[in-house]
Amino acid sequence: MQLIAENLAADRGDTRIFEGVSFSLRAGEGMTITGPNGAGKSTLMRVLAGFLPPSAGSVKISGGHLAEHSHYLGPNNGMKPNLSVKENLRFWQDYYGGGGRTPLEALEEVGLGHVLDVPFSDLSTGQKRRVAIARLFVSPRYIWLLDEPTTGLDNSSEHMFTRLIVRHLRTGGLVIAATHLSLGVDAMKNLRFAEPNK
Amino acid sequence: MTALLIRDVKLGLRAGGGALIGILFYLAVAAVTPFAMGPDLNLLAKIGPAILWIGALLASLLGLERLFQIDREDGSLDLMVLNRHIMPLSFAVFIKCVAHWITTGLPLVIVTPLLGLLLNMDGKAIGATALTLLIGTPAVTFIGAVGAAIAVSLPRGGLLVSVVILPFVIPVLIFGVMATFGAVVDGAPFKAPMLLLAALTLFFAVLGPFAAGYALKNAGD
Repeated sequence: MQLIAENLAADRGDTRIFEGVSFSLRAGEGMTITGPNGAGKSTLMRVLAGFLPPSAGSVKISGGHLAEHSHYLGPNNGMKPNLSVKENLRFWQDYYGGGGRTPLEALEEVGLGHVLDVPFSDLSTGQKRRVAIARLFVSPRYIWLLDEPTTGLDNSSEHMFTRLIVRHLRTGGLVIAATHLSLGVDAMKNLRFAEPNK
Repeated sequence: MTALLIRDVKLGLRAGGGALIGILFYLAVAAVTPFAMGPDLNLLAKIGPAILWIGALLASLLGLERLFQIDREDGSLDLMVLNRHIMPLSFAVFIKCVAHWITTGLPLVIVTPLLGLLLNMDGKAIGATALTLLIGTPAVTFIGAVGAAIAVSLPRGGLLVSVVILPFVIPVLIFGVMATFGAVVDGAPFKAPMLLLAALTLFFAVLGPFAAGYALKNAGD
């Protein structure tokens, strides 16, 4: 299993955000994407997830389409405030085609087993983020596309998330994360975007 | 599939879902009309079905722009696009439309008999209006989905959605009212406009989700 991005470029409107991005990752490898604000990190994540067609180049995985094997954790959590945490996770489990942990097991991964029946709107910012992270476990997908995954997390939650990423890589997963923070994971590649507007 | 339907119905019925707003607007139209028309009960009974249709149509347009906007704002739309290999976007749109109609369109049909009494309509006219609304209002939702999808990234697209889809819902209004009069007035055609109304709903049930799904897929910035 290999992910290969060749010579990717993306535009927003008439503006070229980035070009000439190439990398390849094998199962068990991770990559962080760093760079200043506005350099195109999120745009690259959106191209990888298939939300935005690349203006040039291609991204492929051996054996199927990237999106079909991917989890995408974007800047927004993708949860409904009026529903309970359990209802939210159960819904996404179903929508993703099921097959993963139960909502309770997924919540225990992020140390939030006690909020199962709490309305999502009652959680704190960091807790909401951790529930969004729990979504990665309700349906197994081996590629994780993470866009600023640690926003709103405190120190210990960041460490917990780092451990989850390491475990995912050890079990043959593949992680691409756009983040300013060092995830503290050894053997992560790094793709650095330069300052925009040359 | 049923998960999306159940979730959206739940969201529509829980607080903040906006199901009640449409009913209140519909009630306001039906309650105000008699005051404007004066005390002519026969006139009121005659134009009653048309008033109810106008009220239900405008009430159905309320809140349409939120159909996909909420999903876009909380990030759910991205995840729906990501999983389009499991559930094609146009199919997801179809289900969301059905859920939206159950929570906003169906209640309008249910309160129609009550509002018909306010307009001095007889039983037959009330039944005919409720029946045509039952068959016709889904078309408004399916057409509205296209406008909602096009305006999904606009911050205050509410009025725009209504203006964009209004020309397309006018045939629904025409045949809906025509079929209602056909059922009440002797000699007026009933079967033809009723079938055309049903055809409009079926036609837009296919075309609307397809077009809206395409618009949403390309709304990903």
